[in-house]
Amino acid sequence: MGAQLRVYKRRIRSVTATKKITKAMEMIAASRVVKAQRKVAASTPYATELTRAVTAVGTGSNTKHPLTTQAETVTRSAVLLLTSDRGLAGAFNSNAIKAAEQLTERLEREGKQVETYIVGRRGLAHYNFRERKVAESWAGFTDEPTYADAKKVAAPLIEAIEKETADGGVDELHIVFTEFVSMMTQTALGDRLLPLSLEEVAKEAAPKGEILPLYDFEPTAEDVLDALLPRYVESRIYNALLQSAASKHAATRRAMKSATDNAGELIESLSRLANAARQAEITQEISEIVGGSAALADASAGSDR
Amino acid sequence: MAAELHVALVAADREVWSGEAKLVVARTTSGDIGVMPGHQPLLGVLESGPVTIRTSDGETVVAAVHGGFISFADDKLSLLAEIAELSDEIDVQRAERELERAKAEGDATAERRADVRLRAAAAS
Repeated sequence: MGAQLRVYKRRIRSVTATKKITKAMEMIAASRVVKAQRKVAASTPYATELTRAVTAVGTGSNTKHPLTTQAETVTRSAVLLLTSDRGLAGAFNSNAIKAAEQLTERLEREGKQVETYIVGRRGLAHYNFRERKVAESWAGFTDEPTYADAKKVAAPLIEAIEKETADGGVDELHIVFTEFVSMMTQTALGDRLLPLSLEEVAKEAAPKGEILPLYDFEPTAEDVLDALLPRYVESRIYNALLQSAASKHAATRRAMKSATDNAGELIESLSRLANAARQAEITQEISEIVGGSAALADASAGSDR
Repeated sequence: MAAELHVALVAADREVWSGEAKLVVARTTSGDIGVMPGHQPLLGVLESGPVTIRTSDGETVVAAVHGGFISFADDKLSLLAEIAELSDEIDVQRAERELERAKAEGDATAERRADVRLRAAAAS
């Protein structure tokens, strides 16, 4: 076998191996998307009931709470950025980071100090590399977040917002995550999570203008709100984590699918080249044989005479 | 009155139980509360404790609920809990181990949680 042909054969073998790996990753990601979507669906009843309850307290009483009161002048805000631990997900992480950076820039233009909280190793690496300050970060659960993880993330954020701004607290909380629209579309978006506007929550809970009954609060409206709002924030963060995970898997699936397709194309063109090289080799061998026998024939014809 | 309660017991990550019931007893921060059809709209904070649901066909469902809310309106009752387990899902041996460990370490929350699990398992 000629050297040229051997090089082509080797490259085809290595690309085939890569293709097998990307194909497997694509299939794993596809099954994980379904699982993540199921988790989003499973968490929906809790979220809807919680939203209803928050609306009920919000509309049924005039209770004030640090999580719902808008500070008169916002001097410091927190941005929670959700990324993934692992890459190989196309533009998933860079889109989320870009959205967070745009939001941060906008907030800073408005004269606010921004504290960044990050979930996921990718986002953290990005910020650390640029030596930007990160208030707190979490990693290790982005593929399959549980409610306990959401609680872990929410706790310091709620604490920060309940603290007075002068003591290092924040006035508002924004969350940047990747919304799972469909298998093909995932959009990174920034949302203001806190302070909660009860009107917006009410609109979400009862879009058809459904009238909520007058509740009897046990023990009191303040206590109920006190217990409800942190849970509501946790459930929102949980939902964002789940959507982010689903989006990440969908992005991985797409990236791996195009990698598999590209590998297929590469194999095809490499096989063409290998075939051409083999053909050239054969042609050369034939012409060498023909040339050799012609020379022999010429030589023997000459010696006869 | 043939009214029934439509009960939904939901944990943060799944729906644990749903169905029709005649009576639901749960523990709020200000004491046990029993809800029957036609109760006044209610929204309360739950303590860690067992929840007893008497279903329409006379069965009793017991669940261990750790923190959450009870909300009731229009004969629809929802129990929201961060963690909720039906009594037959509870691993008694594990809960006993947990209880002992929590006692040894003096972890009051974990001790209470394990205790609630055991009591819910024993009640069914």
